[in-house]
Amino acid sequence: MVGEEGWSRYANIMGLGVFIAIIVVFGLIETIEPFGLRFRDLTGGMITFDTLIRIGILTIVVVGLNLLMGYAGQISLGQAGYYGIGAYVSAILCTMAPRHHLLPGISDTWWWPWLVIVVAMLVTGGFAYLIGKPILRLRGMYLAMATLGLGVVMYTVFREGGGLTGGHDGISGIPRLSIGNFTFWPIERYYWLVWAVAIAVIIIGLNVINSRVGRGLRAIESSEVAASTMGVDTANYKVQIFVLSAMMASLAGSLYAHFQALVAPGPFGFVPSVELVCMAAVGGMASVWGAALGVTFFFLVKEVLRARMHQLLGVGGEYELIGYGIILILVMIFMPQGLSFGGAKALEWLRNLKVFRRAGDKETEPRAEQAV
Amino acid sequence: MQGFLGNRSVKRGLTVAAMVVLVALVLFLAYQKNFGPKAFAQWTIDGIRGGSIYGLVGLGFVVIFSVTGVINFAQGEFVMLGAMFCATFYALDVPLPPPLKLVVAIILTVIIVTLVGVIFERATISPARARGAHIVTLIIITIGFTITVRAIALLLWGSRAKIVPAFTNLQQTDVIFRPLGLTLSAQSLWIWGTVAVVLAALYYFFERTMMGKAFRACAINPRAAELMGINPSRMSLLSFALAAAVGAVGGIVFGAATRPQYDMGLVFGLKGFVAAIMAGMVNPLGAVLGGLILGVAENVGAGVTGLYGYRDLIAFVILILILLFRPQGIIGGGERGVEQT
Repeated sequence: MVGEEGWSRYANIMGLGVFIAIIVVFGLIETIEPFGLRFRDLTGGMITFDTLIRIGILTIVVVGLNLLMGYAGQISLGQAGYYGIGAYVSAILCTMAPRHHLLPGISDTWWWPWLVIVVAMLVTGGFAYLIGKPILRLRGMYLAMATLGLGVVMYTVFREGGGLTGGHDGISGIPRLSIGNFTFWPIERYYWLVWAVAIAVIIIGLNVINSRVGRGLRAIESSEVAASTMGVDTANYKVQIFVLSAMMASLAGSLYAHFQALVAPGPFGFVPSVELVCMAAVGGMASVWGAALGVTFFFLVKEVLRARMHQLLGVGGEYELIGYGIILILVMIFMPQGLSFGGAKALEWLRNLKVFRRAGDKETEPRAEQAV
Repeated sequence: MQGFLGNRSVKRGLTVAAMVVLVALVLFLAYQKNFGPKAFAQWTIDGIRGGSIYGLVGLGFVVIFSVTGVINFAQGEFVMLGAMFCATFYALDVPLPPPLKLVVAIILTVIIVTLVGVIFERATISPARARGAHIVTLIIITIGFTITVRAIALLLWGSRAKIVPAFTNLQQTDVIFRPLGLTLSAQSLWIWGTVAVVLAALYYFFERTMMGKAFRACAINPRAAELMGINPSRMSLLSFALAAAVGAVGGIVFGAATRPQYDMGLVFGLKGFVAAIMAGMVNPLGAVLGGLILGVAENVGAGVTGLYGYRDLIAFVILILILLFRPQGIIGGGERGVEQT
């Protein structure tokens, strides 16, 4: 018999399968080029393969943010800062260390960049722990405020860091990632790498939700007082999720640095942080799938609006943000749980159709497993 | 409440020690770089000028937060709209004597920006609240509004800076006074005068009028206020109208001291927010004071170290320190909504 939990696991595995299939098909189209078609031809030139990689990278950030917002009920308005730490640590250590012959024999090997990615994640996680530990004991929007401040501080350091961060111009000449002699470049190869990592992160996210911490956090969401009476260490769970989300952002930042080969302060400021929160919110806060959906939706809207606005008004620039802002407001008013929740509703409806109903699988039946 | 750093007296001792170290550092830097009291006086004057506007924005944050619990990230955009509309109206070619034209432009601007605030509340916040929206959702709505307003402003006015004339001589370059060898523009005096008038008017409103008292009641306890026949939805509307109007006034007077641009709202929004945090998000007068302190700290800090690029850092370091050590605010804040574990 398929119980409630069983169904959700089944749906997640199904979803994962479909998702991976889509990613593989897109990747194959670009790699094989059937009938000379490339990915951008399918979308009328509006969405490029490059965009798909960006979607993958930001999905990693937004999965973390989604866990934080949906399950811990906290907003981080400085997530782009952690993303930036990852990018800058990777950029600095992968360019400066070989150039100045620091750690000879280590800093010029192929595995050095991979080691740096891990180091960056640890640094970012430690940083998040230090700020999150005291502040998550407070209620309400205090984490949002503190992370906002932290985000701006980090951005300023990136921008004004002089010789270390390269100021406005940033750091260029970041090497590509490779394993032995196999380099993850040209762009199709990097696509596989980014999406493999993104899918791994999605799976981690799904597991976190079903873990002890995830259950504890869900209990916090329904009633923090009740949860803490039952022995759920609310503050500690929130800190763990906060640190995890920061580490995911850092990982994505490193991947961004090796993709772009150039890191400048632009994508790590306050506005990008806000955009990340918007992606998480539009996709659906209490859903890991919402992350991929939210990022994709935002990129599609942005790219399509940019192309269309250009045709309509004959001007470029930030104008597409009008549509962007209005869509955000409308989604928040009419579908405050995000697009993925709407999708889940549709799935529910499908499941309740007679065809899919199994004998004895009634709605009123108590859940099989009530594991705590 | 028990902070994460031991008890109260230990905390107080640490705070005093930190202050002493900070002052010593500032004095040492000043001595090393030969800055006299005159330099400090100049930084303070400049700091108070910008700080007044942070204070007005912070006041807007407090007014909205205390009644609705919403942190309105669009607060800085009201400042931008104030400056931009005023510049646009003044630039119109109408047969009026310039001083009268400026007065008309100011009145029109305040009315329009207040209307923007009212429409924003009615079209987005109010329906979302009626549907029982989570506070996170409401905050994201204000962010969406910020994005929209900025993009529309870019479309309307382009990315070029506009000009609001200095109030004293209606020129682009202001009258400058030089008392004791310091530089003081006439517009600074206008700014301080305006802040004083706004505060007096708000004081009168909150303390002496029935509506103001109803508003305060709603901020203290919305449920009890509702039982007494006060309509919380109307008070929410009023809070947005007030915040928009105050922001617009700030934008107009400060607009003459700077070159307003479509993207100026962000900085004022963030700094005003820090000012509001300094007052624990609940004390309007404290927010204004917080803004002034912030403005001065910023200017002295940047001046004494010579690191002008890091100027914005000061505000946010203050923000983080306050949240870590004294989340109820440093200026007459309250314990409300702070404590948890």
